[in-house]
Amino acid sequence: MKQEKSLLSFLNNNETRAIAFQIITLLIIAFVFYSGISNLMFNIEAREIHTGFAFLSNRAGFDINESMIAYTPEHSNLQVFYVGLINTLVVAVVGIICATAIGLVIGIARLSNNWLISKLAGGYIELFRNIPILIQILFWYNIALLTLPSPKGSFNFFDSVFINKRGIYVPEPISEPGFIWVLIAFALGIVLTIFMKRHFGQKQDKTGVHTNTLGYSIGLIFGLPLVVFFLLGSPMYFDYPALTGFNFTGGRTFTPEFLALAFALSVYTATYIAEAIRSGIEAVDKGQKEAAAALGLTQTQSLKLVVLPQALRVAIPPTINQYLNLTKNSSLATAIGYPELMSAFGGTVLNQVGQAVEILGMTMAVYLVISLCISLLLNIVNKKMSIKGR
Amino acid sequence: MAVYEQQELRKPPISQVGIVRWLRVNLFSSRVNIGLTLAALYMLYIIIPPMLDWMIFSANFNFGEFSFLGFEFGEVMATNTNCGRTAACWPFIYEKLDMFVYGFYPRDLVWRVNTVFAMTAMLFVIVRLVRNYKYSAKVLLTTFVVFPIVSFYLIGGGVFGLEEVKTHQWGGLTLTLVIASVGILVSFPIGILLALGRQSNLRVINFFSTIYIEFIRAVPLITILFMASFVLPLFFTGGMDFDKLLRALIAITLFQAAYFAEVVRGGLQAIPTGQYEAADAIGLNYVQKNALIILPQALKISIPNLVGSSISLFKDTTLVLIIGLMDMLAMVNMTANDINWLGRETEGFVFVTMTMWIFLYSMSRYSKKLEVRFSTDHKN
Repeated sequence: MKQEKSLLSFLNNNETRAIAFQIITLLIIAFVFYSGISNLMFNIEAREIHTGFAFLSNRAGFDINESMIAYTPEHSNLQVFYVGLINTLVVAVVGIICATAIGLVIGIARLSNNWLISKLAGGYIELFRNIPILIQILFWYNIALLTLPSPKGSFNFFDSVFINKRGIYVPEPISEPGFIWVLIAFALGIVLTIFMKRHFGQKQDKTGVHTNTLGYSIGLIFGLPLVVFFLLGSPMYFDYPALTGFNFTGGRTFTPEFLALAFALSVYTATYIAEAIRSGIEAVDKGQKEAAAALGLTQTQSLKLVVLPQALRVAIPPTINQYLNLTKNSSLATAIGYPELMSAFGGTVLNQVGQAVEILGMTMAVYLVISLCISLLLNIVNKKMSIKGR
Repeated sequence: MAVYEQQELRKPPISQVGIVRWLRVNLFSSRVNIGLTLAALYMLYIIIPPMLDWMIFSANFNFGEFSFLGFEFGEVMATNTNCGRTAACWPFIYEKLDMFVYGFYPRDLVWRVNTVFAMTAMLFVIVRLVRNYKYSAKVLLTTFVVFPIVSFYLIGGGVFGLEEVKTHQWGGLTLTLVIASVGILVSFPIGILLALGRQSNLRVINFFSTIYIEFIRAVPLITILFMASFVLPLFFTGGMDFDKLLRALIAITLFQAAYFAEVVRGGLQAIPTGQYEAADAIGLNYVQKNALIILPQALKISIPNLVGSSISLFKDTTLVLIIGLMDMLAMVNMTANDINWLGRETEGFVFVTMTMWIFLYSMSRYSKKLEVRFSTDHKN
């Protein structure tokens, strides 16, 4: 009798149950993994699929029309991976910059006291955020291919920028040996500006005298490199694109795939960034502005010192999340064939090699790392931005 | 002696009333605003007229002859050659409408798809009708369980003497809606379990739920779709003979479950600890506590976000095109490759874009409405 009761209470004990439940879960997960992996091994052997990462050093054998680093079909599959990774990062960075710029303008326009501007911004947001991003990418890509002229009849801007079906051709700056000094001067200018700002800030704290540093900053950051540039005798020239035969050579090319992808990503993500910025500005209490005015701050000062710091605290976290989304969405380039990671490595190499587990694993790992980096950044920003209570 | 008589009220200056005042305040209040207004008007002038011209004024609407109330309308239906290239050719959409809606579904069986569409429309009516009914929760739960099953067998066939329609014949808008609704309905319970798992005190369960949710949310859907179509079949003894649609559905469900889980977790975190403690105090066990006390409150506050997440899922259904399913977007190239209608992609894109936009816009409006209805702060 007593024995039975203690057994029952042992079974009903919450802690016992918790442990039992966890062990059961572990067993189920282990079983699923085990049977899955053993099936996988069996199927891979039955199908004579190679395993391991030896394929990375094999010859790729296909051409990629857009690459930041050296690439020919003779290069290895690993080089394709790097090309894809760099292209992903390029399109992501370009997309993020453009999306932020558009988003800022639209978000502020949404709050404009000009009825037309605010309604237009609202219309932009409602239109583009409710169209799936893949449709937008395909749409712009097709429109570009259909409406743009062939290389012979391309749009010509001052004989230096050409637009046609094959893309946009712009002059490419090519640096000569001495150019490095210009970059050093630029960096020096930024460092000096920071020191100068600190100095005048301390001066204002001490004496209350405000110094307008804008002119000095521009002079240091842009003027200094310019002076160095001309002192060294302009160590840079432009490589202009020119029509030779049926196509353009020279200069820098932006393919329609890249442009369609970057454009669609920026336009789509900008709607979310605009909403984040609008809600950030709206989240600042009206009393804050009134208090700033009561202290005698000007409109600009109030915006710069009171409203924006508080608005950004609300707006920046969702904006960073959108950066992550944009990077993930760049994988949709598969649909139009811009050679980024998913399309060049996860698509073409996968079709040739057939080792789906390894290739998709590597691709996913890259996105995982990017996403972890962005989360880390988000955490740092959150920590820095959080209200410091006393 | 002065005689005082009442003067008539002076009229306010014309610039302070009516439309003039509205214009002054809203469009021309300052020099900057005047500039902005003019710039905006100019932009509209550049974009809107050519667009309307392409879509309506210069477009071709010759849908063929038809009679209405005894009157004969229209002329011979336009073909690709006489339709013109400078403006939209809507007869193309008119003729290919079947493809956009049903894909390769056998034409003599489309009544089954139509029945499902009609049932879906009725669902909205039922939801409204039973709102104040005593057993509304039970009715709704039954409907939401029975409806998908009935719809599945109606579209798929193979039972009750209905001819079987293989999944590779499903296509167009039908496929889009099937993927979206299966994705939402199946991933929702999984999402709840994952959310509870992530909130759980049990280390192992917490660990695996967190890893799963964070991993899925970190990678793009397209990689998971590729995984499902290339790697998933290898995990089963049957091997490659695995329905393509089923693979896509598994991928989308697993993907969406992680997002639903995060939304539900947000709801769970908003429930005050007192609710948990009270449930424990009256001796409810874990299942009772969650099913009767916590989840009803948590789900209610997360409804707007759940709708928002469903909207993203609906947008993501277009991605199945990349792994070779014939959804509505895939139909654009399919129909424009018809030898009789070569090169009509633009019309197809515009049509599909408008259809998707209408769906998504109404969903987002609905979610805004829900947000207002469920908001418990005292803004208004």
